[in-house]
Amino acid sequence: MNVGIVIVSHSSKVAEGAADMVRQMVGDSVPLAYTGGDEAGGLGTSVPRILEAIDAAWSDAGVAILVDLGGAETNSEMAVEMLPPERRDRVVICNAPIVEGAVIAAAEASGGSPLETVRAVADELSA
Amino acid sequence: MQIDQALRRQLIEAMAATVEAHWQELTELDQAIGDGDHGTGMKRGFDAVLADADKLAEQPLPAGLRGLGQKLVMTMGGASGPLYGTFFMELGKALDENPDRTAFAAGFARAMAAVGARGKSEPGQKTLLDVLAPVSKALAENETSAGIARVAAEAAEATVPMLALRGRAAFLGPRSVGHMDPGARSASLIIGAVCAVLEGKSG
Repeated sequence: MNVGIVIVSHSSKVAEGAADMVRQMVGDSVPLAYTGGDEAGGLGTSVPRILEAIDAAWSDAGVAILVDLGGAETNSEMAVEMLPPERRDRVVICNAPIVEGAVIAAAEASGGSPLETVRAVADELSA
Repeated sequence: MQIDQALRRQLIEAMAATVEAHWQELTELDQAIGDGDHGTGMKRGFDAVLADADKLAEQPLPAGLRGLGQKLVMTMGGASGPLYGTFFMELGKALDENPDRTAFAAGFARAMAAVGARGKSEPGQKTLLDVLAPVSKALAENETSAGIARVAAEAAEATVPMLALRGRAAFLGPRSVGHMDPGARSASLIIGAVCAVLEGKSG
C-alpha cells in the first residue's frame, strides 16, 4: 500500500488545486485528501478537518502532510498529536512548498517508497 | 486548595463569561493587526466549553483540563485554537487532582513552554506568551490572585509598543507597533477571570 498524501492550505481553492495537480501528474495510485479553510468557511485551517483528511488518505504505510503558511503547520502538528497512538508515529509533516511538495511526494509515494523516503524527497525542495 | 466540582464549574463559567463580554473587543484588536478571527474563535471555543461544563467539571481536575483543551482545539479554529488547547491539555497532564501552589506554578510553567513549542515562539515577540511568562513568574513568587490578575493586565498592555515577530501580525512589521496583541489580551482576560474566582479562596 502506498503512502497517503494530505494537503493542508489556508485556502480551499489552493488545497483543491494542488490536489488536482497531483491527480493529473501522478494519477490515482496514491491515497490523497485535502482541506482548506476554517470552521466558518473563511481562510484558515482547522484541526478537525485535518483529522478527517488524514483519515480519508489513511494508509498503513503512513501519511505525508504538505502545508502552506505557519498556522497550517501548527494545526497539522496539533492534529497529529490528537491521533490514536498507533497512527501518530506514521504521519509526518513535510517541510516543502505545498504544490511542488505534494506533487513530488505523491510521485515518490506512487512508486511504493516508504514514508521516510517520501518525506526526504519533498524536504529536498527546501534544502 | 481543594478545587472541587463546584469550583471547577465556577471557573469554567467565569472564563466563558469574560469571553462573552469581550469577544467583540478581541475581534477589533485582531482586525488591527491579524486576520480578525480571534474574537469569534474564542467565543466559539468557550461557548462549546460552557455547553459541556457539567461533563468537564465532574471529571477530576487533570482530565477536566485535558478535555477543556481538546474542546478548544476542535472548535476554535485559527492558530489560537491549538495554542489555547495545548495550554490546557498540558496543564492537565502536569497537575494532579489537588495541586498545591508549588505544583500549580510548575504545571503552569510547563504548559507555557508547550505553547511556546507549539507556536515556535518565545516571550518578547508580541504574543500571548508575553502575558503567560510574567504570570508564570508571579505564580512562582507566590503572588496573590489579585496581584496575578494585575500582572496579567499590565503585561497585555505592555504588548502595545512591541513589534510582532510571530503570527499573522509579523507580516505587518513596524505597523504592528501601537496595537495590543489580541492573544495577549485574551490570555489576560482568562487569567483575570480565574483569579477573580480564586481570590479569597486561596488563602
